[in-house]
Amino acid sequence: MSHFDEAGAAVQAALDAGARYADARVMVCRTESMTARNGSVEDLGSDESAGLGVRALVGSGWGFYAVPDLSEPSARAAGRRAAQIAAASAQVAGPPVELTPSAPVTASWASECKVDPLSVPLSDKGDLLVRATTAAKEAGADLAQASYAVWDTRKWFVSSEGHRIDQHIRECGGGVTANAIGDGEVQRRSLPGQYGTRGWELVEELDLIGNAPRLAQEARELLTAPLCPSGETTLILGGSQLALQIHESVGHAIELDRILGWEAAFAGTSWLDLSKLGQLRYGSELMNITIDPSFPGALGSFGFDDEGTPAAKRHAVRDGIWVGVLAGRDSAAVAGLDYAGSVRSDGWARLPMVRMTNVGLEPGPHTLDEIIAATDDGVFMETNRSWSIDDRRLNFQFGCEIGYEIKNGKRGRMLRNPTYTGIGPKFWQSMDMLSSETVAWGTPNCGKGQPGQVGHTGHPAAPARFTNVRVGVHG
Amino acid sequence: MSASSGSGVSTELQVAAKVVELVRELAGRAAEAEVNVRHRALALTRFANSAIHQNVAEATTGVRLRLHLDGRTAAGSTTVTSVDGLRSLVERTLAAARVTPPDPGWAGLTLPAALHISAGHPGSGEHSGLAFGFDEATARATPAERAERVRAFVDAAGGLETAGYCRTEYVSAAFANTAGQAVEGRTAEAAMDGIARNNGADGVARLAAARLADLDGAALGARAAAKARAAAAPIELPPGEYEVVLEPTAVADLLQNFSVFGFNGKSYTEKQSFAELGKEQFDPSVTIVDDPLGSRGEPAPGLPFDDEGTPARSLVLVREGVTKAVTHDRTSAAEAGAESTGHAAATSRSWGAFPAHLRMEAGPPVTGTPGEPAAVVESARPFLAHMRRGLLVTDLWYTRVLDPKTLVVTGLTRNGVWLVEDGEITRPVGNLRFTQSYPQALGPGRVLGIGAESVLLPDSWGGAHYASPALHLASWNFTGNASG
Repeated sequence: MSHFDEAGAAVQAALDAGARYADARVMVCRTESMTARNGSVEDLGSDESAGLGVRALVGSGWGFYAVPDLSEPSARAAGRRAAQIAAASAQVAGPPVELTPSAPVTASWASECKVDPLSVPLSDKGDLLVRATTAAKEAGADLAQASYAVWDTRKWFVSSEGHRIDQHIRECGGGVTANAIGDGEVQRRSLPGQYGTRGWELVEELDLIGNAPRLAQEARELLTAPLCPSGETTLILGGSQLALQIHESVGHAIELDRILGWEAAFAGTSWLDLSKLGQLRYGSELMNITIDPSFPGALGSFGFDDEGTPAAKRHAVRDGIWVGVLAGRDSAAVAGLDYAGSVRSDGWARLPMVRMTNVGLEPGPHTLDEIIAATDDGVFMETNRSWSIDDRRLNFQFGCEIGYEIKNGKRGRMLRNPTYTGIGPKFWQSMDMLSSETVAWGTPNCGKGQPGQVGHTGHPAAPARFTNVRVGVHG
Repeated sequence: MSASSGSGVSTELQVAAKVVELVRELAGRAAEAEVNVRHRALALTRFANSAIHQNVAEATTGVRLRLHLDGRTAAGSTTVTSVDGLRSLVERTLAAARVTPPDPGWAGLTLPAALHISAGHPGSGEHSGLAFGFDEATARATPAERAERVRAFVDAAGGLETAGYCRTEYVSAAFANTAGQAVEGRTAEAAMDGIARNNGADGVARLAAARLADLDGAALGARAAAKARAAAAPIELPPGEYEVVLEPTAVADLLQNFSVFGFNGKSYTEKQSFAELGKEQFDPSVTIVDDPLGSRGEPAPGLPFDDEGTPARSLVLVREGVTKAVTHDRTSAAEAGAESTGHAAATSRSWGAFPAHLRMEAGPPVTGTPGEPAAVVESARPFLAHMRRGLLVTDLWYTRVLDPKTLVVTGLTRNGVWLVEDGEITRPVGNLRFTQSYPQALGPGRVLGIGAESVLLPDSWGGAHYASPALHLASWNFTGNASG
């Protein structure tokens, strides 16, 4: 069933009410999630949401309105309302708004999916989570939790410039966590939550049941492991931790709306200065970061963004030099750039805005074993436990679930409460070894915007080594 | 201003009753079901670079059903409120409940119970005169009214670049279950949050209110601008332990983390919280209350019932330094051998029930010279005079928990930090990173003063409010600065 007519009615109504540009998205979203704890299913939810969001540009002011009613009269009323809101923006008007050109496209796109996640029986899914948490509990976890989530999104996009695009995007993923609770602290080990624009085959590949006992044993061992020592050392990061490092200290920093100050009051700005684009050294020559929504199966993959721009790969950092940004059509025009393609909304009721797609690190020449073997003295950390970074995306501090001493090229003692801190460009410039073992990690909980939106982003990454990093920051 | 459809199901309570009726029809009388219906009209006018750049509104209705049948539980939701849409929701949820594994933790339904008019805390409930904080004019606020406040904020900043938002929200909600509980309520809320920017130095002002009329854009803009001007050309200080005065905007972050990780009944039963009932864990000057029904001059406009239909009420969590209670939904209450405190939410079975309307009680009025700097919140000024060397902190940012049990948190300062020496503000300071146990910072003997006013502040993500006073603390552990 197509919803182009309703989207088109909203766009036309906005134009009739004075808009010089309008676009509308009808979205029908189904989500399913389940959590289990200590051998029992704790929560099972199956949600359906359908509605229309319309964006109108009147003069130099934007307006957006969203309704859950998909009838054409309701769509037309929403279009008029969006134009009214846009007109009110003129009370505190900014400079003229232009849109970087985007060729009108009529297209249809669907993500690849071997096993439809919503077709897998709930009893099988429940059994998987029950068995995984039971296995962790039996192996010594005080608290074992497992979960999965499925998102099935269909959307129809129409713009006043002639775009008519429908997409069907299916995403899923899951994880298992084992907690060991001591007298004074809690230790956690988890299979890094792995999510992608793929089918249920992704969850099956995770082997939640097989990994659960190891995680439980590690969590319990952590309670008596020595504290990660404090000081400067060589740091080796596992792939999933590096994925979050990319997300926080590169992905958000290269968002053009932040660079332009559009997020200054909440998410923050960026340390990057547009006048330095193409010249600024962001990291070492090993650092090649790409923006690639066409990456197969990653969580930030799509055919077209929510402004109708086709997915395309481009570099954000090439050989350590900053060369690209995540942009939308209006922000690109302000910056004088000729590309957009990174605008997304988390549902029909939210304004599309600049978001990460798949922002990842191109593979390096080494393996993790080679990196460890080449390290005389350092710490290996993996699996994120906490993350914090300043509003310019410079000063970060991460905590990981587990660390290991590296001595004379070998992995040594387990270390508890490993943390590291640093300043983005200094940290990236210290990257001197990078693995080729890339995995497309997914972050399903990226918060941004007001009202808040939760974005799904992908981060291809492999283990890497950094020198002279401050570790062991404790309270 | 309520849920509607083309099929005659027109108010939230009628929608809820219809779903209960469909459950009876499709699942029989053995099924236990609870239904939440929420109509939400949210509008937010956002500005940056001193101009409105995003201006949004939505009117949505969501229906959530939780169903327990033959020892198994499933939940589902929809935004499609036609009879066909509601029938589809019931059929889908029923099908899920029939195949999901057994749920031994099911704690049953809330029995019919009247809503609390007076919440039992001094000055709350009917004495607030707020009828659960509802203000019709706020519910019907227009884009032009929000833009007026933005205009005033921008103008009051006196030429400094500004950014922020003005938000209004109206919620009309109903709950019904198969045990006979049927309640409804509505709330309205307004909030404004903005910064002024001065060559890389930012100053902030934010406020939440039950009435849009209570938000003065000009006053907020002037405060933010004064802070930004006073924050220019900051020095860098070495990390270490510093005596601090935290303004209410910073204290709200402490309350938020106490809420989610400390007073969360599930975390408590899982022994992942610092909370120990009956133990003196805070300074005797500290009293913390969850007050969803509003009180005194500080309305906290929450709904008068939770997602399980349990009536909301005022709950003292910490009284004079002693931890007195944690918050529960029916599930965590059953595990703890307690009763629900009316804090169930759609995700509370997984994430725990936590309080969303915390208020730290204000301290007594402080006599003495309050000082004049416009950049400092009035209730924080008296503490500066008693400081030999310490830091005045406006805001905390990007705080994350390193260990839930000890509630060690890392994060950064933001929107204005100053060095105070011998009772005077001497220099603005660049942002600092901290790594600090929050309960330890407020522990016995660590609180040197509590501001005489609790300020109602909005949560970044909506749905929660924190009434926060300024705090004067003996020490705070800063672990990094702009250099790393």
